[in-house]
Amino acid sequence: MMSRITQAVKGVALLDFAGAFGLAMKYLVAPKKTVIYPNERGPQSPRFRGEHALRRYPNGEERCIACKLCEAICPAQAITIEAEPREDGSRRTTRYDIDMVKCIYCGLCQEACPVDAIVEGPNIEFAVETREELYYDKEKLLDNGDRWERLIAKNLELDAPYR
Amino acid sequence: MAIAKVNGVEVEFEPGMTVLQVAELAGEEIPRFCYHERLSIAGNCRMCLVEVKPGPPKPQASCALPAAEGQEIFTNTPMVKKAREGVMEFLLINHPLDCPICDQGGECDLQDQAVGYGRDDSRYDENKRAVEEKAMGPLIKTVMTRCIQCTRCVRFITEVAGSPEIGLISRGEDVEITTYLGAAVTSELSANVIDLCPVGALTSKPYAFEARPWELKKTESIDVMDALGSSIRVDGRANAVLRVLPRINEEVNEEWISDKTRYAVDGLQRQRLDRPYVRVDGKLKPASWAEAFAAVAAKIKATAPERIGVIAGDLQDAESLKATKDLFTALGVKNLDARQDGVALGAGPRESWLFNSTIAGIEDADVVLFVGSNPRLEAPVLNARFRKQWIAGKTRFGVIGEQADLTFDYDYLGAGAKTLSGLAKAKNDFVAAFKAAERPAIIIGQGAIARADGAAILKAAADLAKTFKVVREGWNGWNVLHTAAARVAGLDLGFVPAEGGLAAGDMLKPGALDVLFLLGADECESAASDAFKIYLGTHGDAGAHKADVILPGAAYTEKNGLYVNTEGRVQMGKRAVFPKGEAKEDWSILRALSETLGHKLPYDSLDQLRAKLFADHPTFGQIDFAPGSVPTVFDLAAVGGEGEATEAPFESPVKAFHLTNPIARASVTMAECAANVSAASKIAAE
Repeated sequence: MMSRITQAVKGVALLDFAGAFGLAMKYLVAPKKTVIYPNERGPQSPRFRGEHALRRYPNGEERCIACKLCEAICPAQAITIEAEPREDGSRRTTRYDIDMVKCIYCGLCQEACPVDAIVEGPNIEFAVETREELYYDKEKLLDNGDRWERLIAKNLELDAPYR
Repeated sequence: MAIAKVNGVEVEFEPGMTVLQVAELAGEEIPRFCYHERLSIAGNCRMCLVEVKPGPPKPQASCALPAAEGQEIFTNTPMVKKAREGVMEFLLINHPLDCPICDQGGECDLQDQAVGYGRDDSRYDENKRAVEEKAMGPLIKTVMTRCIQCTRCVRFITEVAGSPEIGLISRGEDVEITTYLGAAVTSELSANVIDLCPVGALTSKPYAFEARPWELKKTESIDVMDALGSSIRVDGRANAVLRVLPRINEEVNEEWISDKTRYAVDGLQRQRLDRPYVRVDGKLKPASWAEAFAAVAAKIKATAPERIGVIAGDLQDAESLKATKDLFTALGVKNLDARQDGVALGAGPRESWLFNSTIAGIEDADVVLFVGSNPRLEAPVLNARFRKQWIAGKTRFGVIGEQADLTFDYDYLGAGAKTLSGLAKAKNDFVAAFKAAERPAIIIGQGAIARADGAAILKAAADLAKTFKVVREGWNGWNVLHTAAARVAGLDLGFVPAEGGLAAGDMLKPGALDVLFLLGADECESAASDAFKIYLGTHGDAGAHKADVILPGAAYTEKNGLYVNTEGRVQMGKRAVFPKGEAKEDWSILRALSETLGHKLPYDSLDQLRAKLFADHPTFGQIDFAPGSVPTVFDLAAVGGEGEATEAPFESPVKAFHLTNPIARASVTMAECAANVSAASKIAAE
């Protein structure tokens, strides 16, 4: 009996309404969680595994030495490498392909790489219009490396203490 | 038999075994780098340290320590573990950390054993030493900084290959492996040091950086570069053969293969016939299979059987020979020959063209006479066995023929047929030894019998064998050393001219025939013949150049096939990759052609063909059996033929070791080796 009376009083006093209105007003003035992509972006960890890139040394020499460890470890078998001695006798790839459609972005390739050549960079915006464009070759990957080197190097540096 | 204890378990062993071998008998794994079963013991890597009681209270190198009765051997004590870790740490002091760019990576003894027996880190922060690369020729790539001075390569080249060209110089930290005077290694077995090298110091130059071992599809097969039929493993990737490695086969090649076997395979990618061709207006034009078959059928149907001839080549499998023989016999053709060089074999008992002592059994011979054979060039792996006998001091050798460097000493008796026929009456040390021998052996090379007077020379050799009782109860010392992988199969099949048929030499004479079918025959003068030539084969070599119709076939790595080696052992080759382009397996081409010709062959699959082959020629069913392993006595009187032997000296048919067949001639690596050898001999001549 008592609870019915309490409920009736609450209803007449519009307490539920006032509470909900208050909450709405609170969120109206609170800072927004949504971002206006692409003008705004959320935070990204230095370990983020995005689009792949092949890096170079500061003197322009490509890092990859065709050891094929990434190819061996790739669980999706997305990487294909062919190698032969370069003119100066050093071991280099003649072909480094990643099938970005097969890739599951597990990051094992960059873990396996002894020279930090293949990395998964911060880039997530590589949507394309045809499937063929996602079959990356060495040229594309090196180009990615040149484009993103500054951020990649910074991320590696930030993550280094935890490795 | 003596008894020792390994980790507390009693093991029986033959006196004379080393501690390492006894531990292996007990199933204990002992890490090692310098020790190798087929080389002398060096004891310089120290990886095989174990604890032995009774003995000094320190670890002992098990590879060099003879096991003794009542000895207690421990391989798992803390002392052994510490010793191994210490040795590994020392070995790694100067070993570079370049596994990612090293071709040995993934199949490296040092890598594996460092994981298994080494420490997890290094305490060494000084500078590592660096060693200059050495030029070892077109086959061996050197990265000498990686060398751990196990000296396996030195011991192999000196002991097994018998051409001491690699050595160890300087002492202590400056110690280096090098070739004498920095010259390229010229031995025919040189590339085996690549397999022996436990690290990546000696790696394969043609295969440099090509692939990792885990990427390769491995197929166990049989080699066709010489008549030994060495056991090989063909490593391929994406329908290309990348390398060939030896398989252990004590009966044939132990664990060595010749450089040609190993490196001619890059010829499988070049000069290939990958589609049928038909000659139109004097020029070869690409054609479809149907057009090529139509051209062949039109010509053969319009020709009388006695104007058709067939010559089979040296690399053919038994199935393609069988299918060819069946097809052309059905057409009534009598002119069949599998002996391009015209060797005087094929009549008489089967033993007369086999290596009856068997390749392993020849090690029991006490006196060996070479007649017109240079085993070093004709069968380098077999030559290593002769050298092994010679080092053991068990065997005396005599040579009639070329006075070549065979890597062992021999009595030079003469150059030609005159010496051979006069040997029975000659008086010298060798003849006396040959007479007194318990297991005398004659090895007849193709240089003596592949010539016009071959039959007479074969007869003279048989007479000699009879005089010296080379074939006796319990021992058959009559050995023919072939050079062609397909020859014994051809002779076993009776792929020789039928009654009234022409032999290869006569078929090639101008005007002798109207149609000539060449089954991979490239070593004969087919250009001399003016007949309509049909070539079934793999490479654009001598046979294909003058052909009127070309039917592309499969090379030995591209088909399943039976091969019979010089001792009559039937071995099975396996397909590693698929034939190139539109090429097909040889027997299936012949089967398809037979239908066009109206004489359909009675088999639709390789198994049916083999069933027919085994039914018609039961010896082919005895896979991996060497008939000579059970010595049989046969009548030497039936060997050879009439005729007058000429004075011409015996010459080995193998002049350029690296260029003996179409695959090797298409190979860039073999061309480099041949140039290297001729340059080396030029320097030697000066």
